[in-house]
Amino acid sequence: MSIKKHVKMGLSALALSVSFHAMAAEDPIKVGILHSLSGTMAISETALKDTMLMLIEKQNAEGGVLGRKLEPVVVDPASNWPLFAERARELLEKEKVDVIFGNWTSVSRKSVLPVVEELNGLLFYPVQYEGEESSENVFYTGAAPNQQAIPAVDYLKNELGVERWVLAGTDYVYPRTTNRILETYLKDQGVADADIMINYTPFGHSDWQSIVSDIKSFGSAGKKTAVVSTINGDANVPFYRELGNQGVSASDIPVVAFSVGEQELSGIDTAPLVGHLAAWNYFMSVDNDANYDFIDAWVEFKGDEKAVTNDPMEAHYIGFNMYVEAVKKAGTTDVDAIKDAIIGVAVPNLTGGIATMMPNHHITKPVLIGEIQDNGQFSVVWETASTVAGDAWSDFLPGSKDLISDWRAPLRCGNFNVVTGKCGGSAEVASN
Amino acid sequence: MSIFRLLAGLALAWCLALGPAVATAQVQDDTAQTLLQRLAEANNAEKSKVLKQIAESGDERARSWLEAFAGGKLATVKSSGYVVLVTNNTGRNWQVASAVTGDSMGEMSRRDLDSIRVNNALRSQVEGILSVVDLTVADHRTRRAAARHLLGRVDAVTAPLIEERLEVEENDRVRDLLANALAIHQLEQGEINAIEQLSGSLNSRVRAALNNAASSDDPAIAAAAEKALASIEQKLKLNKAAETLYFGLSLGSVLVLAAIGLAITFGVMGVINMAHGELIMLGAYTTWGMQQLFPGQPGLALILSIPAGFMVAALAGIIIERSVIQHLKGRPLETLLATFGISLILQQLVRTVISPLNRTVVTPEWMSGSIMINEALSLTLNRLYVIGFALVVFAGLMLIMRRTRLGLEVRAVTQNRAMARSMGIKATKVDIMTFALGSGVAGLAGVALSQITNVGPNLGQNYIIDSFMVVVFGGVGNLWGTLVAGLTLGTINQILEPWAGAVLAKIMVLVLIILFIQKRPRGLFPQKGRAAEG
Repeated sequence: MSIKKHVKMGLSALALSVSFHAMAAEDPIKVGILHSLSGTMAISETALKDTMLMLIEKQNAEGGVLGRKLEPVVVDPASNWPLFAERARELLEKEKVDVIFGNWTSVSRKSVLPVVEELNGLLFYPVQYEGEESSENVFYTGAAPNQQAIPAVDYLKNELGVERWVLAGTDYVYPRTTNRILETYLKDQGVADADIMINYTPFGHSDWQSIVSDIKSFGSAGKKTAVVSTINGDANVPFYRELGNQGVSASDIPVVAFSVGEQELSGIDTAPLVGHLAAWNYFMSVDNDANYDFIDAWVEFKGDEKAVTNDPMEAHYIGFNMYVEAVKKAGTTDVDAIKDAIIGVAVPNLTGGIATMMPNHHITKPVLIGEIQDNGQFSVVWETASTVAGDAWSDFLPGSKDLISDWRAPLRCGNFNVVTGKCGGSAEVASN
Repeated sequence: MSIFRLLAGLALAWCLALGPAVATAQVQDDTAQTLLQRLAEANNAEKSKVLKQIAESGDERARSWLEAFAGGKLATVKSSGYVVLVTNNTGRNWQVASAVTGDSMGEMSRRDLDSIRVNNALRSQVEGILSVVDLTVADHRTRRAAARHLLGRVDAVTAPLIEERLEVEENDRVRDLLANALAIHQLEQGEINAIEQLSGSLNSRVRAALNNAASSDDPAIAAAAEKALASIEQKLKLNKAAETLYFGLSLGSVLVLAAIGLAITFGVMGVINMAHGELIMLGAYTTWGMQQLFPGQPGLALILSIPAGFMVAALAGIIIERSVIQHLKGRPLETLLATFGISLILQQLVRTVISPLNRTVVTPEWMSGSIMINEALSLTLNRLYVIGFALVVFAGLMLIMRRTRLGLEVRAVTQNRAMARSMGIKATKVDIMTFALGSGVAGLAGVALSQITNVGPNLGQNYIIDSFMVVVFGGVGNLWGTLVAGLTLGTINQILEPWAGAVLAKIMVLVLIILFIQKRPRGLFPQKGRAAEG
């Protein structure tokens, strides 16, 4: 009798544990990957999809998280902004993913934003952007303007003695907002109107002759001149080529770019560009063992000795590790629990420092200025002494300087106005 | 003064490298190693001093060290601090050689090396040192480049050296540049007489110096500088106009190249081919492919790409024509949709098979840089070649259409298909040949475009609208119209761009075309006669 009872108990315990294990095995953590694999943006976003796959593979090899495996769910929004929203909805409603890593352009993020807020999802956004946004459901692992543009301008001003500024950008929201911030910042510092030249070009602009010629004559006014470039993606290649052809060297008029990374340079012969600058929070050339390990893993994953790493890839690396830590901390993948748990989570970045998730859903990052080398890499010439915390609301725009974002209880507000003491920001920002 | 020794030493080193050894100024190897190690450990201000010491050492290896440093090719081995020259810095493992002995040390992992950091200021300093040395080189082009480099970079130390050099320099242009370089320095020291020397120059550094002087506290200098600037400004205006014209022609020739294939398939045959841009893209990718086949010979590969690009695109054209377009004859809307589909398929095919990333197409040496007409006007070489290429392609097409049997048959079929067939012309064959010709020319455009823009899956999309615009503006079915329209639109665009901005200029050109088409629906050169009714 007792033996029978014992056996029965044992069996049921076994069944319970089996069913528990079976449940764990059947119930992986689903990671949505929302990056364009076709269309214009495929050039930049495909590498990010692969980065995520690599990180998930590695995490699974280490046993997953909380004993659960991670399962990637890849969709292709095809560089089509409204399709981003549709695919995000599909990921959250149909696939029931626990978290989404995705987007590149600001306009695609803006399109996904209402969907993740409505369905209470989690989105990790890995690209440097113009700021002026803070959502409860989005984690911005790329740089805000105060983590890239402002320090770069400071470097040009203080280290190179630049007094005349060309703000050149592609005609869309990121360059326009960034240039507005920079213009205010420069004027606050006493730069005259006549010493600022602003130029916008369409996407994919390829004929830079007259613009480069204009920059040249703007630069011959006797003051040290620099170009601050928010020119997007591969339009940079013909721009740099034209600079080289017209004989504008980095020692005459340096160009500091915010959207040119190792990936973009891999498409051109960089010999004429040596000395031009870029500001990022990560460079592939950073001398650090964690970085070398990451590069080795990436080269192996891609099976291509020439594969390059770049800043948004590092942002995904940080974002993914932060998510994993937050899940461990919260002990669950419940979205609300993660939102609370992730604030304050600190993980190592690839440049030898620590990235911490701030209450405004931005992270701390070092700012690096690199000069282009003839091998398509950057050599770091300057970096901030410590990491800089991302500021969602720029201090240099009239409507946003009074706003702060803090997603911790009890405030839980993305645009708290410190002057009026109300959550909801100002009318000017709302109209953006 | 030590700097004299430095430059004399360097000059000597340079002579030694060229000529027979007369005397050897050689620093002991371990001294050299210490010197380089100090360079590695120093901060930027100290690096500048160490660089001077290296130049001063008179060592015959100094030049190679300075050049390597400026190129970011000096590194230290982390474990030992030994300084090495990096001979190949691509990938994760670098080829290194001992900086002191020059012996190859094989491959080392990037992890074990510490690059010696260089920045623009230090690079500029090294270039300055080397430029002064280069002034004594036999080749006058090197001397000229060096003299140009010294404009605005002369200091109290180098000024006497340049004065000395000025007395023995034989080449007029080098002399002029040196005199200007010296005058800029003198002007900075407050010598008003220097302005006279500078007043004729169109060089931008000279202008920068004069602009600085114009805001000087000394009213006499400011006035003289203003006057010099005014006279320069006059000359500059003319050059500016010539430059704009050149920019316009060059943009125009790109438009002509992109559109001329379409002028045949759309203009002559009446097929709305939305995949035209992708045929251009195929031509560009062929160039990339040829450069992969002939590594190290980008020039040869580029020349071979001309026939290859034509063939590849023509073949693709034939396949498109046979498989899709021939079944949709006389149904323009369906043709438009079908070819649009083909264009998407081709783009994604390239993305999947080759890579979504842009491919590097190397510009051969003889196409880089520019021809300098004067200090203010220089014509970029790659653009110049593209203008020439566009004209040659146009002339070739005109010849084919006017002087060959194929051209005659094409014209016959397009004017009256039924009549031409009854005269024994195989209309189907002519269709294939015409479409292949138009597609092949698009391939040629791709070869040319690979030299001025990105070679990537989206290449074609950027040109398809412009191409249709040019063909419609020029008058459908007229090759001359395409040429004139392309060059006109290019020039108008470049005239508008400086004051309207690139975005607005593009919109204005489009508005202009819309208005023009309202007035003259058949474009600049409408077809006359019976074909026009077609």
